[in-house]
Amino acid sequence: MVEHGDIRVVHRGGSKINFREPVITHDSRYLLCASGECVKVFSTSTEECIHDLRGHTGLVTGVLLKPSNHLQVYSCSADGTVRLWDYTDGILIKVQLDSCIVFAPVFAVSVIAVIILVWKAGHNLFQLVAVDLPQSGDQLVEARELSAVLSDVSSNPAAIVFGRGGEYIASANGLHLEVYFFKKQKSYRFSLKEDNKKGGKNTVTCVACHPKDDCIATGHEDGKIRLWRNFNHKKEYTYSTLHWHHSAVSSLCFTPEGTNLLSGGMESVLVQWRYNQESERDFLPRLGSAITHITVSPDGALFCTSHSDNKITIIQSCVKVSAVIQGLVKGESVRTDMMVDPRSKSLVLNGKPGHLQFYSLPRDKLLYNLDIVQQEYIHESGLEQFEVVKAAFDASGSWLATVEERKQKDAELELNLKLWAFDEQTQSFVLNTTISAPHEARITAMCFCHATDSQTTMLVSTSKDGHFKAWQLVSDRALYRKAEFGPSWSCDFVGAYHGLVPECCCFSADGSLLAVSFQEVVTVWSPASWELLTTLSQPPKAVRDLCFGRLSCSKYLLGTTANNLLCCWNLLTCSLEWSTSMDISLLLADPLTENMAAFCCQAGSTDLFVFKPSEPRPVFSQKAVCSGKVTRAVFAPREEMLESCEESSQWLNHSQLYFLTPDLPVFPDIVIFLPPPFKLVIDDSVAMTPFYLLLGKHRQQEDADPLSGLSAERRPLPQCSVAIKELLQTPAHVLPSTSFLCSMFVQSLLISETKHVEEEMESEKEEEDSEGEMESSTQRPEQASLGGQAAPALTKAQLRELKRVKKLDHSWFPGLLHS
Amino acid sequence: MGEFKVHRVRFFDYMPTAIRAMAFNSRTERLALARADGALEIFNFADNYFQEKVIPGQDGRAVEALCWVGQRLFSAGLNGEITEYDLENLRPRYTVEAYGGPIWTISSNSQGTLLAVGCEDGTVKMFEILEERIQFQRNLDRQKGRIISLSWHPSGTLIAAGMMDMIRIFDAETGRATHRLLVERGVGASKSKEVVVWSIVFLSDHTIVSGDSAGKVQIWDGVTGTLVRTQLVTKWDVLALSVSNDESSLVAGTSEGTVVQFQFISSTVGQQDKEWVRTRTFKNHSHDVRALAHTETAVVSGGMDTQLVVRPLLDKVEKNTQESALRKMTLPHRSLVCCAKKAGLLLFQFPDHLELWRLGESDGHGKPGDSLPVKRKPEKLIQLKRKGEDHICCSALSPCGGWLAYSTVTSFRLYRLQNNNISITKVSKLPKDLRSAHQLCFSPDSSKLFASSSHSSVIVVALNQPECKYLHTLKPKSGSRQPVHLLFASEDGKWLATANTDCEIHVYNLDKLKLHCTVPVYSSCPTAIAIHPTTSNLVAVHADQQIFEFSLVQKEYTEWSRKLQKQGLHSLWLERDTPITHVAFNPQNPAHIILHDTFMFCIIDQSLPLPEAKTPFYNQMTLRSLPEPQRIIHSHAFKICKNFQVPLY
Repeated sequence: MVEHGDIRVVHRGGSKINFREPVITHDSRYLLCASGECVKVFSTSTEECIHDLRGHTGLVTGVLLKPSNHLQVYSCSADGTVRLWDYTDGILIKVQLDSCIVFAPVFAVSVIAVIILVWKAGHNLFQLVAVDLPQSGDQLVEARELSAVLSDVSSNPAAIVFGRGGEYIASANGLHLEVYFFKKQKSYRFSLKEDNKKGGKNTVTCVACHPKDDCIATGHEDGKIRLWRNFNHKKEYTYSTLHWHHSAVSSLCFTPEGTNLLSGGMESVLVQWRYNQESERDFLPRLGSAITHITVSPDGALFCTSHSDNKITIIQSCVKVSAVIQGLVKGESVRTDMMVDPRSKSLVLNGKPGHLQFYSLPRDKLLYNLDIVQQEYIHESGLEQFEVVKAAFDASGSWLATVEERKQKDAELELNLKLWAFDEQTQSFVLNTTISAPHEARITAMCFCHATDSQTTMLVSTSKDGHFKAWQLVSDRALYRKAEFGPSWSCDFVGAYHGLVPECCCFSADGSLLAVSFQEVVTVWSPASWELLTTLSQPPKAVRDLCFGRLSCSKYLLGTTANNLLCCWNLLTCSLEWSTSMDISLLLADPLTENMAAFCCQAGSTDLFVFKPSEPRPVFSQKAVCSGKVTRAVFAPREEMLESCEESSQWLNHSQLYFLTPDLPVFPDIVIFLPPPFKLVIDDSVAMTPFYLLLGKHRQQEDADPLSGLSAERRPLPQCSVAIKELLQTPAHVLPSTSFLCSMFVQSLLISETKHVEEEMESEKEEEDSEGEMESSTQRPEQASLGGQAAPALTKAQLRELKRVKKLDHSWFPGLLHS
Repeated sequence: MGEFKVHRVRFFDYMPTAIRAMAFNSRTERLALARADGALEIFNFADNYFQEKVIPGQDGRAVEALCWVGQRLFSAGLNGEITEYDLENLRPRYTVEAYGGPIWTISSNSQGTLLAVGCEDGTVKMFEILEERIQFQRNLDRQKGRIISLSWHPSGTLIAAGMMDMIRIFDAETGRATHRLLVERGVGASKSKEVVVWSIVFLSDHTIVSGDSAGKVQIWDGVTGTLVRTQLVTKWDVLALSVSNDESSLVAGTSEGTVVQFQFISSTVGQQDKEWVRTRTFKNHSHDVRALAHTETAVVSGGMDTQLVVRPLLDKVEKNTQESALRKMTLPHRSLVCCAKKAGLLLFQFPDHLELWRLGESDGHGKPGDSLPVKRKPEKLIQLKRKGEDHICCSALSPCGGWLAYSTVTSFRLYRLQNNNISITKVSKLPKDLRSAHQLCFSPDSSKLFASSSHSSVIVVALNQPECKYLHTLKPKSGSRQPVHLLFASEDGKWLATANTDCEIHVYNLDKLKLHCTVPVYSSCPTAIAIHPTTSNLVAVHADQQIFEFSLVQKEYTEWSRKLQKQGLHSLWLERDTPITHVAFNPQNPAHIILHDTFMFCIIDQSLPLPEAKTPFYNQMTLRSLPEPQRIIHSHAFKICKNFQVPLY
C-alpha cells in the first residue's frame, strides 16, 4: 500500500478512556474501553494497553461483548457503524452501516438484533432502535431494518438498561421511569415529583437492573438510590430508598449473581450494598476522583470504576484495588502550558487538581503525578482550592518552576512560586524553594533562561502588578549559615516599565537578551546588567505572544498582537522586519531548529503554518487542522533525527509538533503531526493557504509598495521535481558503492509496483498540465516554492529521461532479485 | 364586615400526652387510641377521621395495650388489670385483675372467644370472653422472663409470644410451648443487654415477624422455627409492628420516628414465590413510634410526639384526592376552652386541673391589623385541682362568670365564683341524678345548667343562690344510647340543642321542657352546633365539612341551606382536614356566621353569593388589593382568615 505522501494529523493519545463504561472480558483478563476513535484493549493484571481496535472514523460510543461468542466484541461509533471485532488479535470481522448517528452503545445483542441508542436528527430526539443482523457472509453489511423500541429516551446511556434476561428494558428520562416488557409489548411509566419537601432532587441519573430478580435500581440527583419492585403493576408498584451519597449517584451496577449493588458518585467512594440487606454496606474510599461508571466482570471477580480524571480502577471483588489504568488527566482546563520535560521527554501539564502530570507520549501512558500543591484535595463542588497555573522547565530539565494560586471569594489572591530541583537519586523533583506571594497579582508569564552555557540559572516571572522579577539561585553561605541549607532561590531584580502590565516574557536562545512585553510595548533587557536595551512597539494593540528566533534566526523577535498582527522585529536594526495580519492563537518556536509554528484561528477551525522568520514563505501550512481554537501545543524533540528529504516535512525531522485539540465535547486528544512514512510517493497537491495567498499578494504588491515588511530581494528558487531530486540523491550515496544497498533500494521500490506506476503516470500528467499554467503560478504554489537549494536546475527533457530510467528499473530489478 | 377586637390568648399551655397504644377495628372502621395518661380516644375513620369519643384517663392507669373484640374494647396496663370500656357512657365498665404482675400485652383470637394477656411473671393467661364479663380460663406454660408481645395465629390454635431474647410458640389448646426461637442480641455494647421482642405478628402462612430492641425485623418460619430473614431497620428499637388485613404489607415503627414498610411481593414478575422485601420508609414523627395500625389504605402511626399520623399508601388510594393526603392530628376535636362572655373570663380544661383567667383589657382604638396597647394584662385567677384520681372529662363556666362546673367519670362538682374578691365555694348540695356528665352547658342567663347524661339525655338543673335544684331530664325520642358530645343553649333561653355521636341533633324547648324537633339525621357526625340569637336558625357543621342551617320555627332547612346544598361547597373547603370546632354569630350583622377550626377563622356572609367551583377560595388578600367596585364582584360568602395560630375556641 502506498501511503499518502502528505503530512498527516494523527490522534496520538490522551483520549478519554472514561467516556463510556468499559467492558471486562469473560476470562477477566482484558478490559476493553472506548477511547476516541478506537477501542483499547488493556490487560487487567499489568495495566498495559495490549492493542487498539482501529477502524472507526468517528467517536466510539460504546463497547459490548457478543453474548454468543465470548471472544468477539461489538463497538459502535458516531460514524454510524457497528463493528464486530475479535478482540484477542484485533481483527475486524463485520461492519454494519446505519444511516443515522449511533449515539450510544450497544445495549443488548440477541441472536438476531442489536439494540442501539440513536439520535434521530429529523425528530430531534434519542431513540432506542433494534437493528436486525442480516445473515450474510459479507464483511460489510448494511442494515435496513431499524425498528424503534423506545422513543424519547434520555441521552445518557446509563439511564437505559436491560432487565432480567432481556425480558424488559428500563429507561429513565428526567423524573420518569419507563419499563417496557418485550413479550407483552407493554410499557409502564412511573413518575416522581420534581423535588420533595426536604429539597432533594428526584431526577434519575442512572439505572441498573437486578440480574435475577425483578428489581430496578435508580440513582438520583440527591444521592438517593431507589429500588423499584412490582413494576408490572400500574399502581401497586413499590420502591424502597437507600441513601448514603450526598450528591448525585452517577453509576449503579449489580453484581452478576445479584447479591450486591455497587454505587458510586462524586464522593469517589465505591459503595457496595448487600441486596436485601441494605443496611450492611462496604465502602472503598479514596479512589481519587469522582466515579463515572462502574462495571463488573461477567464472573463477578473484578469490578472496575471509571473516574472523571480519565482513570479506570480495577478492583477485586474483595474490595481491594488491584490495578489502575490512567489516561491523560484533563481537569476543567489546562492552565499550564504543554511542556516537554527535557529529561524524560515526557509531556508535562496540569492534570489532577494540584498536580503536574508527566505523560509519556510514545507509550500514551501517564508516568507519574508530581504533587505541587501538597494539600489534600476536598471532593466538593464549588470549593476554591489551590491550582497549578504555571510551570516551566529550564533547558537541562534540572529545575522546575511552578506557580499555584487560589482565589477565594472576597479574599486576596494566594500565590506560591515553587522551585523544584531534580534529584538524581530519586529521579524525581524535590522542592527546593517556596516563595509565597512572589507577586502582588496574578503571574502572567514565567520563563527560564535557556542558555546552556551559563553557570547561573535565571527565572523571570511577570505579573499583573506591573513588575517582572528575576529570580536567581543563590548559594550564599553568609545567608544560610548552617550547612544543611543548600542553595536556594531569591529575587535578583525587579523591573517595571511605565507602570504598564507585563504580559509575556521570553529569553533569547543564548540567554543574552530578555524580551518582556508591556501591553503594546516590547522591551528588550540585558539580563547581565539589567539595563533596558531597547523598546519595540507596534501599536495599537497589546502584544499577546513573544518568541525569539533560534539558531540562524536568533536575531529575530516575533510577536503577535491582539489586533491579529504577526510582527517580526530584527534586533540588529531594532526595526520591524515584516508583519502580516492574521489571527494567531498560538505561536511557538521549535527549540532545535529555526522553525516556528503558528496556529491561526479562522472561521471556527484552526490552520497551522510552519515558517522560518527569515523566510517569507511558510515551510508548511495546513488548513483546518482541527475545528475550534488550538491553545496548547508543543514541539517535542525526537529521540533520533529523521532523514527526511522532502522539504515540506523537513521541519519534522528534529522534533514533532503535538497539540491539544480544543476541549470540544467530543474528544480532546493530543494530536501529532507525522511526517509521511514513505518517501517514495510524493504528492504535492497541498492546498493553497491563506497564508500563501497573503504572502503571495505581498509579493505581487512588492513593486507597488516598496515599504512592505517583506524583504524584496528574495526570489523564488529554481523549480524542480522533488521526485527526481530524490532519485538523483539516493543513488548518489548508495548505488555505486554496494549491490547490497542496491537490493535494499529495489525492495523499497517493490512495495507496490502497479500503483506506483499509476502514480507516476498521474504526476507526469499533472506536470504536463502544470506546464500550461506556469504563468499563473499561484494555482500550484508548491511547485513554485519547492526547490532543492543545492540541486541544479533540470530541463523538462532531462526529467522525462530520468523517469524513463526509473520505469526501466522496475521491469528488470525484480527479476534480478528472484534469480 | 364588622370590626372585632381580637384577644390573643397565649397562656393556654395545653400539652397533649404521648400515644401509647392503638387498635384498629376494621369492621367498624374505628381506631382506639390510648394515651400515656390513660385517656382513650375513638376515631371514626369512616367519618373523616373525626374524634368521636374521649374516655378520660385516671391516675395510675397506664394503658399498655388495646384490643377490640367485635364492638367491645379491652385494655391492659402495667397496673396488672384488664379493663373493658363502656363506650356509651365513656367510662370503664369493669376491671379484672390478672394476678400476673404488670400486663404488657393483650390479644384476642380472631374468633373473639379468648383473650390472651402476657404478664411480667412469664405467664400467658387466657380469659374467656363472656357476654357481660371476661373469665379467667387457664395459664399457658409459664416461662422465665416477661411476655412482651403476643400474636394469635388466625386459626386460633397457636399463639406466638415475644419475650426477652426469644420468641415462644404455644399451642393454644394444650398450653404447651412448641417452639423456642432465639433472637440474636445486638452487636457491640448492647451485646450484654438482653434483647426485647417488642412486637410480634403471626401470619396465616405460619410466618412470624418480630421486631426487637436490637433494631431488627426478623421473619421466621413458624412451622420449623427457623429464621428466614433479618432486616436491620434501625440502630435502636423496633417498637411496633402492624400487618394489613390481606397480609401483603407490614409496617414497623422504630424509636427513630420512622415507619418502615415491608411488602410481600414476588421477586420475579409473574411468579408465585413471594418474599418480604423492605420497601418504603416514612418519617413523620420526631420521636418514638409506639403504636401502629395498618388500615386498608393507610398506615396510622402515633408515638411520643403525641401526633396521630395517617399516612395513605399511594398504591391503595386514588392520587390527588382527599384520601391521598397525609393527615396529622395533634389537637382534640372538641373544645377545651370555655368563655364567660359578659365577665371576660376564660376557663381552660386540663386533665388534672382547671384554670380561670381574666382577659386583658385595652382602651385603644386602632385600624384593622393594629395591635392595641394592653392596659391590663391577662391574669390567672384560679387554678382548681380536681379531686379523686379520675381526670376531668368536661367543664363549663357560666356566662356571667358566677358558676363553674366540671365533671369526671365518677363525680360532678359545681362551684360558685365571687369575681370581685376572687373566692370559690363548692356547692355542696347537688341533685342525686347529677353524678357525672359528658358535656356541660350553662344557660345564657346563668340560671340553668345542662348536663348530658347517659342515653343522650340532658339533665336540667336550676341554679339558685343557696342551692341548686333538679328540674327535668330531657330525653330524645330516638332512644339512642350514644353520649351527647355537643350542647348549645340559645341566647334567648328558649332552645337547647344537643348532638350525639349517632349524628342526631335534637332541639328542646326549654319553656315547655320537652323535645321540640329533631333535625334530619345526616350521615356525618356534627362537630359544632349553634342557634342564631335572632332568627332561631340552628347551624350545624359536620365532620365532612358540610354546613346546614335549620329553621327551628319552620322545622325545616332554610333557603340558604338548600341553596348551599344544591350548589355544593367549594372543593377547597371540603379538602380541609380539621373539623370546625365552634360556630358563632356576629351580633352586629345577623347574616354573618363565624366558624373556626384549629387553623383558620371563617366568616360566612349569607348575603353574598356562594363561591363558584372555579373562583379562588382563599381570596381575602387579593380582595384587599383590588379597588372597591371589583372587590364586590370577586367577593363571595366565605371569608377566611388564617392569621391566627391554632384557634381553639
